[in-house]
Amino acid sequence: MDTVILSRIQFASTTLFHFIFVPLSIGLVFLVAIMETMYVVKKDEQYKKMAKFWGHLFLINFAVGVVTGILQEFQFGMNWSEYSRFVGDVFGAPLAIEALLAFFMESTFLGLWIFGWDRLSKWLHCLCIWLVSLGTIFSAFFILTANSFMQHPVGMELNNGRLEMNDFFKLLTNGQLWVEFPHTILGSFATGAFFITGVSAVMLLKKKHLAFAKKSFQVAIIVGLVSGVGIALSGHEQAGYLVKTQPMKMAASEGLWENSGSPGAWTVTANIQPDEKKNTSEIKIPYLLSFLSYGKFSGSVPGMNELQEQYTAKYGEGNYIPPVRTTFWSFRIMAGLGGVLCALGIWGTHLLSRKKLQESKLFLRIMTIAIAFPFLGSSAGWIMTEIGRQPWVVFGYMKTEDAVSPGVTAGELLFSIVSFSFFYLILAVIMVFLFVKEIKKGPDHDHEEHTKVVSTDPFTKEGYNVFS
Amino acid sequence: MFSLNEFWYLLVSVLFVGFIFLEGFDFGIGMVSRFLGRNDLERRAFINTIGPFWDANEVWLISAIGAMFAAFPNWYATLLSGSYVLFVLLLLSLIGRGVAFEFRGKVEKQAWKNAWDWVIFFGSLFPPLIFGILFSALMKGLPVESDMQMNAGFSDIVNLYTITGGVTLTMLCLWHGLIFATIRTMDNIRDRSRKVAMKLLPVNALLLLIFSGLTFFETDLFSNHSRLMLYTFFIGIFVYLLAGFFLTRKKDGWAFAMSGLILILSISSIFAGLFPTVLVSSINESYSLTIHNAASGNYSLKIMSYAAIALLPFVLGYQIWSYYVFRKRVDHKEHMEY
Repeated sequence: MDTVILSRIQFASTTLFHFIFVPLSIGLVFLVAIMETMYVVKKDEQYKKMAKFWGHLFLINFAVGVVTGILQEFQFGMNWSEYSRFVGDVFGAPLAIEALLAFFMESTFLGLWIFGWDRLSKWLHCLCIWLVSLGTIFSAFFILTANSFMQHPVGMELNNGRLEMNDFFKLLTNGQLWVEFPHTILGSFATGAFFITGVSAVMLLKKKHLAFAKKSFQVAIIVGLVSGVGIALSGHEQAGYLVKTQPMKMAASEGLWENSGSPGAWTVTANIQPDEKKNTSEIKIPYLLSFLSYGKFSGSVPGMNELQEQYTAKYGEGNYIPPVRTTFWSFRIMAGLGGVLCALGIWGTHLLSRKKLQESKLFLRIMTIAIAFPFLGSSAGWIMTEIGRQPWVVFGYMKTEDAVSPGVTAGELLFSIVSFSFFYLILAVIMVFLFVKEIKKGPDHDHEEHTKVVSTDPFTKEGYNVFS
Repeated sequence: MFSLNEFWYLLVSVLFVGFIFLEGFDFGIGMVSRFLGRNDLERRAFINTIGPFWDANEVWLISAIGAMFAAFPNWYATLLSGSYVLFVLLLLSLIGRGVAFEFRGKVEKQAWKNAWDWVIFFGSLFPPLIFGILFSALMKGLPVESDMQMNAGFSDIVNLYTITGGVTLTMLCLWHGLIFATIRTMDNIRDRSRKVAMKLLPVNALLLLIFSGLTFFETDLFSNHSRLMLYTFFIGIFVYLLAGFFLTRKKDGWAFAMSGLILILSISSIFAGLFPTVLVSSINESYSLTIHNAASGNYSLKIMSYAAIALLPFVLGYQIWSYYVFRKRVDHKEHMEY
């Protein structure tokens, strides 16, 4: 089999799996940090219970996120060695800084947080979880710096047959990064928030741990509402940036073959036929496409046919149109779910302020299902971002087919795909099992046990005294 | 003064040495917990000795590989794509090991715990074995072509020399872990760990001697850096004797310092011995990757140097602080995390 396709399958599957855990970790640890702060400030034991219970779920999730993340760092070299050689000069730096600045911080302070409940003062212990949260955000920032570079290469020039960095500051101020980063972080906060509201909704429906569930719901729904609105706003910013820098991705995500004309109408659904380069049974909303792209009700958005001609003139013969159906539908799934999350945030806040949360069974049931929405939304968002960039791996500079490791055989790739998929499948089953188990145990279960380690100090003992 | 390329080679080496020194003992603990812990509580005590640390220790590896990618992209690309299967096995081990620590204590069933104990065992055994093999292969040379591509066959990577290197490193980590246990545990499991560490003294000495001898014949290290290699070799013997002395006199803290020093000496002599080559080509010496032809551009190295110099003091500071916070011994008569 074709090693390009196999390498892509490998990358797509392992990355999407990794990205189930990442946003939940970033979101949950942020909420746990808020809860522990409330505990330290208000001295209300309920908040401590919350920090411990949700913190427990965070830890299980974080473990899987970390181990699946290690693979990510290695597979550029293993499967995409030509890519690594071509961009290592630029792409490697954010990755190295990510490890130094973010990973060390996360892992060290998480260790201190888990084992430090009675070793550290309350404030210091609380500071540890904030540093973990900050670490996860730094980590997202630097990995998105690297990703933004692939979408919109800046701060480098083509030298000695590879891309060489000449302005690190431009890399950090990449416009693409500054639309991608807020959107991703807010999406992560929403993932954590809707996870907590969802699980709390289950408790409320089952009439278990009522006070605990209500308070958790309260904290989370506020984060959910704010990040829900933020996702919509930052998503809009991103579309505006996209039409400037990657018009082909924009056109594909709109299923737009010919130029839209001004004002452009937005396509709600369409039956896309890539082979004939046309759509049938389209439903359109006038003016909306111009607004999404330019923030005003006029302006034409270029279509794929024209862009294909432009790109052929600029980059030579080839097919520059990405898989249109995938891009089109993943965009709609992402945007649709974003809208739903926004609405649920508003609805929930409304119910809460009227003190009618527990009475609305319908709302609580919807919230339970809504746990899945941010996960589906962010996966769809990434599919759109990465598939929509094809055939490029680094936009305008390197095609995906040229990026793979020439020496790696299809057999080796199959071996790794099969073994990682098998491992990941087992992990997924265990994760779900453990999550359900922990949630069933509930917050009243004694999470204290692990911290009482009474012991003696080896430094005062004979261990270091050579002449005793 | 250092050139930037030399500085980054030094930094990558330091990160690898730090990784082997730190994760060395937590790999060792992972290997012994299943066997030296006679019941669940004792096993948990072993795992708890590394509980707050192992994750940060592993970040040393992540940083080493990240720094390698950023500073020497060709080294990273050639090595990782060229020893593909070995890296798949390494990653599978690290994935299993990482979740095993977290999952082990979550279900109160013996079969569940046993299963994860085995995952911890193999997850701690394979990585030092694989790194031992890789480091040895780096020294012996791999079939790197003129275009920096490497098509290594099975016997290029796995042969008598590399296997000896793998086994030696694994045994050293095991030993280092046992001695770590003597400073972090109490009572009977502490004594038991010390006893086994003593038994390993002659075994490891023999392995180290055999491996040094093979290195002399199989690689260019001793001919390229003869004086440095000889000095390190004799210092190594001296440190090893000291380790034995401290172990027999139950000076566990000092013994740990010595077992750590042995690992530091071994790994740093590998990197010093390779310098300025990073990957020896067995096809033609001129095809070898060096700190110059494998490196990033000057600007990139400069930017990262600033970042590393600014960040490393903090990283070291809070890691040392975390060891200080958890300086007390783990008492296995109390409840524990794992």
